[in-house]
Amino acid sequence: MSVFINICYLVAAVLFIYGIKGMTSPKTAVRGNQLSAIGMLIAVVGALLDHNVVNYLYIIMGLLIGAAIGGFLARRVQMTSMPEMVAALNGFGGGASLMVAAASYMEMQILADRTIAAGGVFEHPPLQWSVALILSILIGAVTLTGSFIAVGKLMGKLGDSSQVKMFKAIVKVCFVLLIAGSAYFLYGDTMHSDNLLIVMIVICLLLGVALVMPIGGADMPVVIALLNSYSGLAGSATGFVLGNNGLIITGSLVGASGIILTMIMCKAMNRSLTNVLFGGSMAAQAGVSKDENDKFYEGKVKMASSEEVAMMLESASKVIFVPGYGLAVAQAQHATRELASMLQKRGTEVKYAIHPVAGRMPGHMNVLLAEAEVPYEQLVEMDVINPEFAQTDVAIVLGANDVTNPAAASDPNSPIYGMPILQVANARSVVIVKRGLAPGFAGIPNSLFINENSVMVHGDAKLVLQEMIAAMKDL
Amino acid sequence: MEMLILTFTIFVLAIFVGVEIINKVPPTLHTPLMSGTNAISGIVVVGAIISSGAGENTSGLSTFLGVLGIILATINIFGGFLVTDRMLQMFKKKKG
Repeated sequence: MSVFINICYLVAAVLFIYGIKGMTSPKTAVRGNQLSAIGMLIAVVGALLDHNVVNYLYIIMGLLIGAAIGGFLARRVQMTSMPEMVAALNGFGGGASLMVAAASYMEMQILADRTIAAGGVFEHPPLQWSVALILSILIGAVTLTGSFIAVGKLMGKLGDSSQVKMFKAIVKVCFVLLIAGSAYFLYGDTMHSDNLLIVMIVICLLLGVALVMPIGGADMPVVIALLNSYSGLAGSATGFVLGNNGLIITGSLVGASGIILTMIMCKAMNRSLTNVLFGGSMAAQAGVSKDENDKFYEGKVKMASSEEVAMMLESASKVIFVPGYGLAVAQAQHATRELASMLQKRGTEVKYAIHPVAGRMPGHMNVLLAEAEVPYEQLVEMDVINPEFAQTDVAIVLGANDVTNPAAASDPNSPIYGMPILQVANARSVVIVKRGLAPGFAGIPNSLFINENSVMVHGDAKLVLQEMIAAMKDL
Repeated sequence: MEMLILTFTIFVLAIFVGVEIINKVPPTLHTPLMSGTNAISGIVVVGAIISSGAGENTSGLSTFLGVLGIILATINIFGGFLVTDRMLQMFKKKKG
């Protein structure tokens, strides 16, 4: 039976790999996701057949409650809130690892006590078991609280903290305590360290909060990707605790995925991971005051009305949309697509330029535009679209700021210097739709807005786009 | 010790497999990739099932933790797979 169960886990792991492989193209992705789900079903059946499992009532209750909550969340969540959803799921995954590790520690403890009470010799589990146990508790707890702080930041409930130094100090103290605690756990009386473990869990929960609190809202894409990786690694560590290869393989797949996405995000912002994690928010470091910001723009911004923009678009033969976070906030993805379709019907070539950190998580903008039924072939990555701006008649920037700032290429003193940007300024004319002149996440003014070939339309992206659509119809 | 080396080998090789396939996922699908891998990391439900269903060497608290583990992991599994499917269906639709 045990062989059969292990084969179940192996089959599940293979299906997960095929499932992720399906994600390499939008055409095969739905099928891939279904393969992964089948894999999960096989793994669960395998676990239910385990000879240790005799009591099914609680299991079925747990599965039903989880399925109901998960199903509800998946149906209800808005596409704009996908970052919060993924962050919360990371937290649940970390929490599950924490629970399983704690439960298996208690079971091992009871086994030890009973064996000794019966006069037998308890064979102490090997060192690697204890190490894996500590790791799965640590990573699980940090992921749990860290993720929910990230959710709070994404929802705008938690602002950027100015207490970066304090949180850094807490992080350091936590690390020292955890190292000391782990050493004591490993070399002391491992099987009777309940209180020590409880204290360590509390420290890890605190550590999760202190690690994520000082990170700026703009860096949340990196944090979500990193926590995604943690939730996988926590699962892997649990696999080492239970001696379950299925868990180890799957956890490491998820861990690898999170790490890769983290690296892609960091590269797209030209920042190192340490800088993101411990550098504090960019706006707090290098941001300009409101007066400086006003002075930068004073009298230099050319304004335009929606009707004027409609006239520009009328004669354009190539238009590129540059969506940013502002588009998501204004829920303007449908209006964007409507305007784009109108232009296409008139024979205008339309594309969308997607910066890797546009939106609030990797690939967020693509999902929003897919929701509005924009064909994915029109969504073009930064490196591919940049040379095309020079042949573009009108580039429309919708709620994007820092990712279009020419200072990233020209001003070595700028905090975003070296960050790869969308070279929007090369287009023949640039239209910026933005609510006001407030700086973006980096806290600095954008010289694109005062460029010769730029005009701005102030207002909510959705309303402005609707005005443009109406004006286009009248032309 | 041999067992540890064996499981560790599996761990390292699986990371390499992960890096190889995930590098091929286009940026367009990064959000579904994240929610999909979230669902997959719900595999820890396997450990939770064995913990909470065990007949011997359990206490009320360990069973409770196990059940809590099942709930959290199942939220991940159902939430993750369903929301990924919802997103991917949107990519599938094509209207020019």
